[in-house]
Amino acid sequence: MQINIILAGVGGQGILTIAAAIGRAALQSGLTIRQTEVHGMSQRGGAVQSHLRISNREIYSDLIAEGTAHMILSVEPHEALRYLPFLAPESRIITSIDPFINVENYPAIEDILAELNRTNRPVLVNAAELAREAGNARTSNMVMLGAAAPYIGIANEQLESAIGELFHAKGPDIVDVNIRAFRKGKELSKTQATEP
Amino acid sequence: MNKQLLLGAEAIALGALDAGISGVYAYPGTPSTEITEYIQKNSDDLEQPVRSAWSTNEKTAYEAALGMSYAGKRSLVCMKHVGLNVAADAFINSAITGVNGGLVVAVADDPSMHSSQNEQDSRVYGRFAMLPVLEPSSQQDLYTATREAFDLSESVRLPVLLRLTTRLAHSRAGVKRTAARMQNPLNAIYAPERFVLIPQNARRQYNVLLGMQKELEKRSELSWLNRLITGTGSKGVIAFGIAFNYTMEVRQTFKLDFPVLQIGQYPLPRSLVESFFRSCDTILVAEEGYPVYEELLRGYFGGENIMGRMDGALPRAGELNADIIASGLGITPKAVLPVPDIVVHRPPALCKGCGHRDLYDALTTVMGSFREHHVFSDIGCYTLGALEPFNAIHTCVDMGASITMAKGAADAGLRPAVAVIGDSTFTHSGMTGLLDAINDKSPLTVIIADNDTTAMTGGQLSSATGSRLLDICRGLGVEDEHLRTIVPLKSHLEENMTVLREEISYEGVSVVIAQRECIETAARKKRNKVTGT
Repeated sequence: MQINIILAGVGGQGILTIAAAIGRAALQSGLTIRQTEVHGMSQRGGAVQSHLRISNREIYSDLIAEGTAHMILSVEPHEALRYLPFLAPESRIITSIDPFINVENYPAIEDILAELNRTNRPVLVNAAELAREAGNARTSNMVMLGAAAPYIGIANEQLESAIGELFHAKGPDIVDVNIRAFRKGKELSKTQATEP
Repeated sequence: MNKQLLLGAEAIALGALDAGISGVYAYPGTPSTEITEYIQKNSDDLEQPVRSAWSTNEKTAYEAALGMSYAGKRSLVCMKHVGLNVAADAFINSAITGVNGGLVVAVADDPSMHSSQNEQDSRVYGRFAMLPVLEPSSQQDLYTATREAFDLSESVRLPVLLRLTTRLAHSRAGVKRTAARMQNPLNAIYAPERFVLIPQNARRQYNVLLGMQKELEKRSELSWLNRLITGTGSKGVIAFGIAFNYTMEVRQTFKLDFPVLQIGQYPLPRSLVESFFRSCDTILVAEEGYPVYEELLRGYFGGENIMGRMDGALPRAGELNADIIASGLGITPKAVLPVPDIVVHRPPALCKGCGHRDLYDALTTVMGSFREHHVFSDIGCYTLGALEPFNAIHTCVDMGASITMAKGAADAGLRPAVAVIGDSTFTHSGMTGLLDAINDKSPLTVIIADNDTTAMTGGQLSSATGSRLLDICRGLGVEDEHLRTIVPLKSHLEENMTVLREEISYEGVSVVIAQRECIETAARKKRNKVTGT
């Protein structure tokens, strides 16, 4: 088993928290993991990505090769498109549809959605709305983790326990709201998967 | 013990802690910052205290680490590649003095310049200083090699350079630790014949270093970091450092079985390399960085059967990856999906609400009234003022160069001459340049953008901020009436422009300190207060 995930977003949107949750869960499941991060200048409001690789055998490269990602998991719709060359045939994009606009020439959201819909069975998530429903607008990254959960190859219990550990220091309320956000994303993803 | 998920940088930190260091010395710099941060974050849990506060710059860090080694204890010193330029004097000379307690220099290079001004290869410095260099390829190997580097350092009585690059520094993997070793006792030995580098001692010590080279090469021949992966076929790959990972990835993906010689310890193990060359017809030399050893190997074996960065088989610049290695081995790339045309560039930018924005708004307007409006700047978040929509600065070369370049331009007759530098960069390398300007009475205005932190690398403590910066400037000789402070806020725009205009018009040295806390640091403090962490 080997899963390659490209995590995408804009600096400060919390993709590293998603990566940390998957990483912990993978380690607890006895899997091998490699996960790159972006630090320094590029993270200041710029496009950021993380390569996340999980396997039950040795992983050599920290970076994912082009055309071999099993998923692009993005917390921003435009950023999801930036990494299309990494996507393997038959693989899919799972992305939030909430645009983060900090550049003047940001394309029209209709054009972005049209491009996303041209890809193989994308999972499009109204993450901000689901996060608010869960009880905290800042949990949209956990909504996205939930939306990706059916495709990661790690048990839900492991992922939820990793979320619990990550937010443990911030108290039980914060843990609960993040778990709720995770479940909302997962439900939506399952619904979209069963739609024709 | 269970595996921990650690960045490569953190694996070095843990390896050093478990090797029994008594101190880490460093100045923040991407991608090396997380080594020291890990030690700082975990300092409460240590059995024996480890000194870990930030140093003013890489040179002070290096010399302090050497001093700790002199006193018999183990020390780690960390920096990014360009930081080694700053510490180079101490680094090269420490190879002549040698060490007492183990001294390991962890240097993180940044090929492809993700967050740097150049992609210099620190292995060149290793050869230059004639020191052992370690270049492990995985997080686990980084942990183990760091631990062993201290033993190696004490055994050969030399500093050991540990080189890594961005992708390994900033990639996480599971790391298993081994039982920690106790720290060395205090054991300062009088050895002026080694440590007083007057010519008669330096000549003898240099000969000692030259005499050690054979021994260092022997250690490389026997090192587990240099190993042969046997295979079939007449084409082989010599893979240095992280290039090993990409090479093995290609081998796994395309189910190939070519032989690979992994190199992770220098000086180059010549007999290991020679026997590998005898067993292959063609060799691809894969190095992350400069073609340092490709050049050497071409000298050893002639160039006909060697491929690499020098003949275009691999690109001359930039970091490697599995796709590049595959193409270097003649594997045709698969067609991949294109990036849609609508995708636009999203460059890094100053945060919304950042004080630097308001500083540049005021400064650019004021400079607009002068015929010459050059602004010399420096390294930090405020360098983003070079981009749209600000276009406010015109130089950024190296730490501290804003002040000294403005001084030189002023000496040449440029009016006005203006420098913008951050608080941490000022204490790192700006103070001495300011003293030059004062001694020379060069007409220039230095604007210190004091956001109370080293923001670009994630908000580390600066060596001096606030009133201490005023004291430093006063102490260096800046006149009181030309040492001004402003608060870069939109509501202060008019008065800030007045202060800047007055000081920029002054025919002498003036300093304007723009004081406003970094909004990221302020937000983090607020969050930590709420959660009580």
